[in-house]
Amino acid sequence: MDFNDSPDEAAYRQQVRDWLDANAPKARIAGDPEGGDGLAASKAWQAKKAEAGYACITWPKEWGGQGGTPVQNVIFSQEEARYPIPGNPFQIGLGMCVPTVMTFADEETKKRFVGPALRGEEIWSQLFSEPSGGSDVAASRTKAERAPDGSGDWIISGQKVWTTGAQFSDFGIVITRTSPDKPKHKGLTMFWIDMKDPGVEVKPIHQMSGGSGFNEVFFTDVRVKDSQRLGAVDEGWKVSLVTLMNERLAVGGQTGAGWRQFMEAARNTPGLDGGSALQDGALREKLADWYVQAEGLKHTRNRTMTALSRGQTPGPESSIGKIISAVQMQELGNTAIEMLDQYGIIDDPELASLNGAFHFSLMFGPGLRIAGGTDEILRNIIAERVLGLPGDIRVDKDVPFKDMPTGR
Amino acid sequence: MNFDFSDDQKFLKAEARKFLEANCPTSRARGVLEGSAAGYDAALWRSVAAQGWLGAAIPEEFGGLGLGHLELCVIAEELGRAVAPIPFASTVYFVAEAVMLAGSQEQKADLLPRIAAGEIIGAIATSEGPGATTAATLQSTVTEGKLTGVKIPVTDGGIADVALVLAKEGGKPGLFLVELTGEGVTREAVKTLDPTRDAAKLTFKDVPARRVGAAGAGMELVEQIFDRAAVLIAFEQCGGSDRCLEMAKEYALERYAFGRVIASYQAIKHKLADMYVKNELARSNAYYGAWALNTNAPELPVAASAARIAASDAYWFASKENIQTHGGIGFTWEMDCHLFYRRSRQLSLVAGAPRVWKERLVSHLERRNAAAA
Repeated sequence: MDFNDSPDEAAYRQQVRDWLDANAPKARIAGDPEGGDGLAASKAWQAKKAEAGYACITWPKEWGGQGGTPVQNVIFSQEEARYPIPGNPFQIGLGMCVPTVMTFADEETKKRFVGPALRGEEIWSQLFSEPSGGSDVAASRTKAERAPDGSGDWIISGQKVWTTGAQFSDFGIVITRTSPDKPKHKGLTMFWIDMKDPGVEVKPIHQMSGGSGFNEVFFTDVRVKDSQRLGAVDEGWKVSLVTLMNERLAVGGQTGAGWRQFMEAARNTPGLDGGSALQDGALREKLADWYVQAEGLKHTRNRTMTALSRGQTPGPESSIGKIISAVQMQELGNTAIEMLDQYGIIDDPELASLNGAFHFSLMFGPGLRIAGGTDEILRNIIAERVLGLPGDIRVDKDVPFKDMPTGR
Repeated sequence: MNFDFSDDQKFLKAEARKFLEANCPTSRARGVLEGSAAGYDAALWRSVAAQGWLGAAIPEEFGGLGLGHLELCVIAEELGRAVAPIPFASTVYFVAEAVMLAGSQEQKADLLPRIAAGEIIGAIATSEGPGATTAATLQSTVTEGKLTGVKIPVTDGGIADVALVLAKEGGKPGLFLVELTGEGVTREAVKTLDPTRDAAKLTFKDVPARRVGAAGAGMELVEQIFDRAAVLIAFEQCGGSDRCLEMAKEYALERYAFGRVIASYQAIKHKLADMYVKNELARSNAYYGAWALNTNAPELPVAASAARIAASDAYWFASKENIQTHGGIGFTWEMDCHLFYRRSRQLSLVAGAPRVWKERLVSHLERRNAAAA
């Protein structure tokens, strides 16, 4: 038991370090990561990585990858994170959408799209969630109907929601309802679409936290060729499972302010008895709990990395991360704010500690507990796929989609 | 990255499980609980000794197998899973570890071979009453090599041959080896939450005591010993809490209510998912503790604290929610749920309560932070 690289891994890490040292940016480029300078910098860095084969390390060489291992991919991410690299708006495209295209599209389509996506020239969105179905993606209502002119084209109408990066995306994959007479999972079809089509309208969502990282996407009679279909008609659910299977292994660290920042803030906050708030037993106990959780997740990632390193498939332990980290983000933020007493209400970054990082945690935490699988869905996944408990009793499996109660 | 046990260590773990499934079904713990045995299961103790487990981490020159602490960790996990009613922790994690850590050559040569062979049982005696023992509250004294004082509770105090006793000598805390079989030692059984483990009140009157480690170093030594024991106990706790999750799952899959298995209700599924999450966090922290223990890393105090806090939390949660999942039957004496519930309390308290460890952990983090600044 140790934390050392194997000789092969160490050699790869050295190769990556040498390359990054020669090529990675030395200073962060200012600008909005969601547009303008930031996006240009992201695209430039992606192109550089693609040229050297580091854009999609695990992809086959013929598609611009290295045919590398998942652990090499993790090593690159670890080393890359040591540099002030620009944001990465390509993750959803390269991690989920393009692999789906590579699995289901014809050769011509693959040749057209894979290279530009890899080089960061074109960005992809994943259009799954809808107002009528977040956790329940198979409840999608966005319609795709054959054009009445006999051309074989399809006409798409409806609405998607919570689409990350739609405002700067060039293409997307969209799951649609093609047969409302069939049960819900059996009447869906997947297409790729051009996000610049005049029938596609992108509107940013104003989050409760004030920012706008996600979008609503409206489709009004968007005409697509039958050749844009991914997989068979009404087989879209199976295609979507391939997309989600390609979800990148979560090896990232924690988001937002953590126990370290809390400890520092507590040290600098007056306590009840003239000392610092860090002397408060109740706060110390919480601090210990957060530390233990953060360490537990860190070493769970190390166990996952070990499985990859041995060429094994990581065990189910990797599924616990967000259940812990999202709740901790919210609770830690709130405790830090309560520690400030009346002053805690102030979230002006000029006045609040850590430029308002704890207030950000408080206000963004609720979103993190929902995004990418709610706390409840993640518990269902652990219960069913890890522990082998039965799925919920379903009332929607064999009913034609059009006859299902919908509520709001 | 190689943050896992080796294939050999996993093989040892699988063999230990097989052995304990055959030799330590829960009826063995129940036998001690119901008073048929004298504080522990002597037959099981002998067969565990015959496996060589008592000396797993003891060097060969002192009669042990000379394996590392990682091997001891996998054995600990299986003992915890089996709620084994034997004085393994007291003898191995506390006394043998203390002697290996701070004992003289002569003390090692005297005690370690006898421990490895299963000839003697050890106990650690620090507590003297309610609340954590500190240098300020410590009452027992050693004068001219003779110990006088009262220790309560002492796990395995009723069955041990030798005890490690915290006492003041010349006004300063020290750690002392004391034979319990001679004159001047009075043992009274103490009724505890977990009768599958022996406990006693020990009264010493002018009993010969040999110091372990430097004079005045008692508190520091106890901290170091508890750090090491905490990691090993964390593995026992992981074994126990994993077993609780299995029991809850097995029961939930066969119990019907309102026309379906209760495992199909989200109230139960989410409860079991929460057990799983806590158990995995505990396991990952325990692994880091194992690494720190095995390499004698400077991170050991922090790693051991995290392992102990996470494992205590996981076992508490799993053992209480296992009862809840079982419903009424889980509250009966005949079901095994309470064996784990009782053991979870014993293991959470024996090396100091989690609350105290949380305070220690934060103190260490403060010092580490100050050193880095």
